[in-house]
Amino acid sequence: MTTVPADVRRSSLYWAVNDSRVLIGRCLRHIARSPEQLVLMLFLPVMLLVMFRYLFGGAIDTGDVTYVNYVISGIVVVAVMVNTTATSVAVCHDMLEGIVERFRSMPMRGTAVLVGHVAAAMTRHAVSIAVMVGVGLLIGFRPRAGFLDWLVALGLLAVFALAVSWLAAILGLLAKTVEGASGLAMPLVFIPYVGSALVPPSTMPDWLRVFAENQPVSLVADSVRALFMGTPLGNTGWLALAWWGGIIVLAVPLAGRIFRRKATQR
Amino acid sequence: MDPGHAIDVRGLRRSFGEVDVLKGIDLRVERGSLVSLLGPNGAGKTTTVRILSTLLEPGSGVARVNGFDVATQAARVRASIGLTGQQTAVDDLLSGYENLVLMGRLFRLGAGSARRRARELLELFDLAAAGRRQVKTYSGGMRRRLDLAISLVTAPPVLFLDEPTTGLDPRSRGDVWTTVRGLLADGVTVLLTTQYLEEADQLADRVVVIDGGAVVADGTPAELKRQVGAERLELTFSDAGALATAHRVLTADRPRGDGDLTLSVPVEHAKDIKRVLDQLAGSGVEPGELFVAKPTLDDVFLTLTGQTATGGAR
Repeated sequence: MTTVPADVRRSSLYWAVNDSRVLIGRCLRHIARSPEQLVLMLFLPVMLLVMFRYLFGGAIDTGDVTYVNYVISGIVVVAVMVNTTATSVAVCHDMLEGIVERFRSMPMRGTAVLVGHVAAAMTRHAVSIAVMVGVGLLIGFRPRAGFLDWLVALGLLAVFALAVSWLAAILGLLAKTVEGASGLAMPLVFIPYVGSALVPPSTMPDWLRVFAENQPVSLVADSVRALFMGTPLGNTGWLALAWWGGIIVLAVPLAGRIFRRKATQR
Repeated sequence: MDPGHAIDVRGLRRSFGEVDVLKGIDLRVERGSLVSLLGPNGAGKTTTVRILSTLLEPGSGVARVNGFDVATQAARVRASIGLTGQQTAVDDLLSGYENLVLMGRLFRLGAGSARRRARELLELFDLAAAGRRQVKTYSGGMRRRLDLAISLVTAPPVLFLDEPTTGLDPRSRGDVWTTVRGLLADGVTVLLTTQYLEEADQLADRVVVIDGGAVVADGTPAELKRQVGAERLELTFSDAGALATAHRVLTADRPRGDGDLTLSVPVEHAKDIKRVLDQLAGSGVEPGELFVAKPTLDDVFLTLTGQTATGGAR
């Protein structure tokens, strides 16, 4: 047998990118091969959108905009949360199985595992959002956004989705069982409901309304809605960006630290 | 440090909180040989392997693998080793081929060499036909073989096998043994942990028995078995009277308890068996059942530590 030595002339950044690319490829293959991720990515968001449009739509007063035009940004936000539970589960699964142990005995960058899972999550979010917008258009969604509005809306959603995916990765690292990971990620799914994502908060009691209007998930849903519908954005866009950008800045190094601590503990 | 040893461990200690798991292990493995770490669950086998494969920091003592210190030269150690842990570390959703290519790329092979090596290993481990199937469809033995193949992607000079055959059926176990022998022929150094004396006997040049985090014996399999004692002839009688008679005429150990109608007689050669049967025939009793029992890990432990191996018995 011939020993093929690792190429030591390359920089560590080169190898960090190499390892991440390889593991992103791995997680992308997982999407197509796990029915659970496909359901969360394609079926569930569309079902929610159709359900809210036809079941609740008639009973909810959204003023000048039709309900489907109001709710689609909210459902997009809910779908990001729903999709991301699979990331917690997948990260936890990897930590419990021997595979992370093996990665750590290899001359590679262990945290590339997390990069792989988050990148796959971003792919699922993108597909999921595209499908929802498509179905939305079929059932009455009539955006008035210009090209630039679309770009800003999708950019903001990307920042939001990235932050949520890293949070989900952290929950996956903290969970002790795969079932536990799914349970820990569950609250993420419900945060948008306590906000302005799905219903206008104007009828809520004051204490709840203040929270519902200002919590970071509502800020994203409100910004995206304003951009889609060409209504004034105000400063909600900047607030949303500050919130979720800040969460990314905190969550990424935290995830790395927890990963290294957990991996050496086992 | 002796360059002739691929693994050189001196005074290795490690504790988890209050519990001392390793209490000063000394271990040397010559290049190209296989040393088996034999011991029951909780003896410290896996902790030793995890320290040697850089997964765990040593408490105190020195451990060198392929000449590199595991504490200060972890990256060099990682480039020198393959590890097959107790848990199978394969990706169920990928195919066997994809698993091997993935690991090759993470071992920093180029895309072309990673694919070539994957095909080579599938062939070598008799997985070529299943190479394109998802691993979740594999049998336990196939998963283990793939796991082993993955740890050989870069043809490392030192290989750690942590209980590689636990949970396998006898045929798969035999397959793994054949593979390991092939690796030894290629000059790979192997440290193999096992709970099975038979496995150590089949493969090891030297056996190091550990118990409670310390080395309790170190020698060739033949030396070890000599300490344990020979094979034993187990005779079961139909009633207590026959048992008592047989016990009188034979130099046998006492029955193990009330109601146990079995006698156990050490036998080293075939003629010992004939002698025992002749003596029984002379006294007019005939055993209902008889069979030859080989020394087990339990016997090793009974002899070496005066207590039964807990959890490691077969």
